[in-house]
Amino acid sequence: MNSLPNIIRDGLWTNNVGLVQVLGICPLLAVTGTFVNGLGLGLATLITLVASNVTISMIRKLVRPEVRIPVFVLVIASIVTIIELSMSAWFYELYKVLGIFIPLIVTNCSIIGRAEAFASKNTVGRSFVDGFSMGLGFLLVLVTLGTMREIIGHGTLFSQAHLMFGEAARSMTIHFVDSYHGFLLAVLPPGAFIGLGLLIAMKNVIDKRKEVRTEVIPAPATPTVQAAN
Amino acid sequence: MLYRPVFISASFLLVFAVIGSGLVAFTFDSTEERIAENQRRALLKSLNQLVPSDRYDNDIFSDTLLVHDPELLGTDETVSVYRARKDGWPVAAVLAPVAPEGYNGNIRLLVAINLDGTLAGVRVVQHRETPGLGDGIETDRSDWILGFNGKSLSNPAKKGWRVKRDGGQFDQFTGATITPRAVVKAVHKALLYFKLRRQRLFERAPEAATDS
Repeated sequence: MNSLPNIIRDGLWTNNVGLVQVLGICPLLAVTGTFVNGLGLGLATLITLVASNVTISMIRKLVRPEVRIPVFVLVIASIVTIIELSMSAWFYELYKVLGIFIPLIVTNCSIIGRAEAFASKNTVGRSFVDGFSMGLGFLLVLVTLGTMREIIGHGTLFSQAHLMFGEAARSMTIHFVDSYHGFLLAVLPPGAFIGLGLLIAMKNVIDKRKEVRTEVIPAPATPTVQAAN
Repeated sequence: MLYRPVFISASFLLVFAVIGSGLVAFTFDSTEERIAENQRRALLKSLNQLVPSDRYDNDIFSDTLLVHDPELLGTDETVSVYRARKDGWPVAAVLAPVAPEGYNGNIRLLVAINLDGTLAGVRVVQHRETPGLGDGIETDRSDWILGFNGKSLSNPAKKGWRVKRDGGQFDQFTGATITPRAVVKAVHKALLYFKLRRQRLFERAPEAATDS
């Protein structure tokens, strides 16, 4: 049994949906043109993951194994449709931008993956934590990739923030370079692939460094902590 | 006895399907009005960008006409025409034609034409053009589409109604010619349609026809 901090670490880093499982990359690559788009889809996916994990964990003892996959799909599809309708009712402008990618959350394998691998075997509370951390991990990848591509591709950050945060956020847009003509490669799908590749590589480098550090110098960790205190 | 588990599983699945659809139906029902209102408001907002609300005093939403002209309006569907009037006199008509030759398919437009045949403005309602290349047709991305304001069939003349690469008057974007070409063509055709049908477009529709 996994402890809660481990579940959280799994979702955010060790078993990150975007960087390690490399699941759900269709929406991941398609919408991460800007920070705001990434955040919007990330939040929608996060909500779906939490809701589906909790629901499936609640019914896990009722579902017969031979029909579990259709039931999972039904649950997820219902949740996504409800989210889509609510978004179109309350965040209409953002919905117009992300519209076609919201239904695609149904096909995001990470959601049914978590349902099958975690929620169907764990308590409601733990499934909630798992869904939340997995979703947050995915959201962070979407936002990072969106930020990278927006800065490089458009030379701006937080453009169109008013779609999410209301008219007041219109002025949040940061222009890094005046009259920047944009770098197309970053905006187009290949830029998304390259960006995701770089992120995965970066994660692997960080992991390797950590590994090396713990192997070589395990001893001096304690004295530094004491000194800091 | 062999069929019993199958039956139980099937009923279980059925129950879930019913609950799921029930929840979706409930959400749909409670958001439907709000969504329609959102769409209405978004449309009114773009209409008012083209024909400012002080130029007309009629209910531009109900004063509509449905027309059909696959050749000039670019779509086999019926196209809505919103008519602006002041004190009962026609001011402008807003057509919703389609530019079928976009890089990624249809580009839905709103084309507002003043009574005298000059363009009050053009806006893109929906498109799937390449981000960063073709999406310069959006007002959020560039001012390109504002270049149509005040243009008419005689300004420029027929030859000028092309992008510069094709010898016309309208700019293309760096790396994207197909998108602006499609829009210029569709706007030109909308103007031709308006010229041909001006009389009919401003006819007062009988009450029954307005909501058909």
